Amino acid sequence: MMRRRQFLNLSVSTVGGILVFSVERNAFGMLPRDKTLRIPLRFFDENEALIVAAATSRIFPSDESSPGAKEAGVVVYIDRQLAGPYGRDAHRYTEPPFEDGPAEFGYQGKASPSEVYREGLRKLKGFENLSTADQDNALKEIESTHFFSLLHRHSIEGMFSDPIHGGNIDMVGWQMIGFPGPQMSYFDDVDKHFDEAFRPKPANLQQITGMKVVPSEDEK
Amino acid sequence: MKTLPAVDVVIIGGGWTGLLMAKELGTRTSLSIVVLERGGPRNPSDYATDMDELDYAVHHRMMQDFSKEPFTIRHSTGDKAYPLRELGNFLPGSGVGGAGEHWSGLCKRFVPNCFQAYSKTIERYGAKKLPEDHSIQDWGLTYDDLEPYYAHAERLLGTSGQAGNLRGKRIEGGNVFEGPRSSDFPTPPNKVPYFSSLFRDATKPLGYHPYLNPSATISQVYTNTDGVTRPACTYCGFCTAYGCMIGAKAQPSTILLPVIKKHSNVSIRTRASVRRILHDGPATNGTARGVTYIDESGEEVLQPAGLVFLSSFILNNSRLLLLSGIGEPYDPATGKGTLGRNLTHQVIVPAAMLFFEKPLNRFMGTGSVGMSIDDFDADNFDHTNLPFLRGGILRALSDTGLPIRTFGIVPQAVKGKWGADWKKAATYNYDRAASINFIGEHMAYKGNYMDLDPIYKDHNGDPLIRMTIDWRDNERRMVEFMTGKAVEIGRAMGAKEITPYAGLKRYEGTRYQSTQIRGGTIMGISPDVSVVNTSSQHWRVPNLFVLGGSTIPQGDSIGPTLTLMALTLHAADAVVNRYLKSPGKLV
Repeated sequence: MMRRRQFLNLSVSTVGGILVFSVERNAFGMLPRDKTLRIPLRFFDENEALIVAAATSRIFPSDESSPGAKEAGVVVYIDRQLAGPYGRDAHRYTEPPFEDGPAEFGYQGKASPSEVYREGLRKLKGFENLSTADQDNALKEIESTHFFSLLHRHSIEGMFSDPIHGGNIDMVGWQMIGFPGPQMSYFDDVDKHFDEAFRPKPANLQQITGMKVVPSEDEK
Repeated sequence: MKTLPAVDVVIIGGGWTGLLMAKELGTRTSLSIVVLERGGPRNPSDYATDMDELDYAVHHRMMQDFSKEPFTIRHSTGDKAYPLRELGNFLPGSGVGGAGEHWSGLCKRFVPNCFQAYSKTIERYGAKKLPEDHSIQDWGLTYDDLEPYYAHAERLLGTSGQAGNLRGKRIEGGNVFEGPRSSDFPTPPNKVPYFSSLFRDATKPLGYHPYLNPSATISQVYTNTDGVTRPACTYCGFCTAYGCMIGAKAQPSTILLPVIKKHSNVSIRTRASVRRILHDGPATNGTARGVTYIDESGEEVLQPAGLVFLSSFILNNSRLLLLSGIGEPYDPATGKGTLGRNLTHQVIVPAAMLFFEKPLNRFMGTGSVGMSIDDFDADNFDHTNLPFLRGGILRALSDTGLPIRTFGIVPQAVKGKWGADWKKAATYNYDRAASINFIGEHMAYKGNYMDLDPIYKDHNGDPLIRMTIDWRDNERRMVEFMTGKAVEIGRAMGAKEITPYAGLKRYEGTRYQSTQIRGGTIMGISPDVSVVNTSSQHWRVPNLFVLGGSTIPQGDSIGPTLTLMALTLHAADAVVNRYLKSPGKLV
């Protein structure tokens, strides 16, 4: 059954008025600050997306000095991952029996990442309306769950993966930490700059290679 | 089942060793050779757009598909085994070139002592010094036997480095602990990145002997003995888990495939997944007849062959022999049987995490370039008054700058793993933190081995291979000792804060260490203690040869790629010069 098309509506002021990519990965351009951004969702419904946006913003908050999960579009990144092969466990061994084992051998559960999120978000109903202090408390309560470990891991991925995956919008994550993205050569620089921060202008994969790149979440 | 026309040689697995054997036999003989590779084809141009940390290093685009076939694992024979449901502690490659496409390029020879680890230990310390449950043994061949093949492999790869022992003459600046080499490195050492230079400058005054790692990410343009030309490395930092987009890193697709393609007697069949090696006669004697495999269309076919080379991923070599009923499965209770024994890995830990005032620009580098010291490797130091045997290498690598997997390192005072304080500290330290890494030997023990899992199956319904593996006190004490040394070096490097490694506990299936698992079909001096002889020939089935890390009797410190290539060249000589002239047991 086709689900009703869902959108995440964000006021542009919350995403900082920065460069935003469409699903086709063409830049929308610099958006005026008084507009609302309508992002088509692939996996979440709007309510779920608002919870994820709020939760990842507590894991990776924005502050006066640098952007966070909200500006980087981490929720868009996670939405696309969960709708793709990763979200449905295309590469994980999912044969039974499923039995809890020692932590050293990893997650042994049956639920796929998309199922873990759906269940985890159901329990966080109303999260987006809480005060930030209450949001932090709610996250502390689930800190030891598999769902939270995914949320945490995906926040980092959404901050620092190539913008082609939907997060790290305008490379804000890379700029924040001084990572220049993929570069073809440091031949002339690798053994220099010993006493200084060397910060080449960041570039993403498509800019660097000039080639079309198909990210895994778009694979059939 | 369809039966194909017979070929002279079938090679199972198209990684470093399988393709190297295909090249050797293809160029030196007129035998008809078929390589069966279960992954897809590869072209160097495939890597033009692979500088994507998420899809390659996190989602493992180049690796074995665990949804179809993972491994199971437990710590000891009394435990229940669990599947490793996702790739973690090691990353088997899939597709032509195997893990050789995504390796880091670290290209070092084993120290001579390594090949006689057992007898040299007894000689120096007496048998009592060895842990009671050890099962280390000599290889049956020595460094000197292998030296010409090491030199040959280095010429193929174009390895960059500085000699530390040229024909017995020690040379400062190179690795003075290395065995004597008959020839210098084909290309000069790579450039030295900042963090590595700090390690070099600090270790020398401490009396250690730093050297720049030998590397297959070459320092200058090089044309090898087969006429293959590669460009110089550009230090982009996308090596481990990636194919090199310019082909500066030696990979099977860049140095072996172009040669193989010129020889019509070799063909590579991709998406051909071997299920059994067919065998006449009893399990402990007889002749291999060929293999059965599932082809691209899903049909099972029989490929008869006169000579079989088994060169799949380390653990899969044992698995195929167990599934095929060839050889005597190891029984840890009695110590009888050889197939599956001496499973080892490598001890790799961030011995000391260092935090600096200045940024390190650590996104520039390669997978293998870095400064190391071997002063505490193997038996290079006296263990008489130490509570452990063997050792490993302390090093400052340059490939640690990609952010998804390294963001989040904070000083111990920062509590929690998320939120404003953590983010601030992790952002500040992202390019100021780097570790002195320890990479050490994993001794072989009677209780660490492989057999077939009784419960979990692959997508064809065949049992998975089950690893039984854990650390012992020897590794734990070794890591504790090395952590102390790393902290001392870190202080000398000027780190303003240091987090020592918390200590080695149980073996983890989730933490990536290296893809260099070893053992299962080990090499040795007799069929009672090994699966293959020193020519890599199966003791019981003379027309079957086993290649790769599965033949290594116990864990070495550095990682075996160059050694495996040398062993393959050594085996190729035995096959071409002796076996083909007089097929039968090579002694």
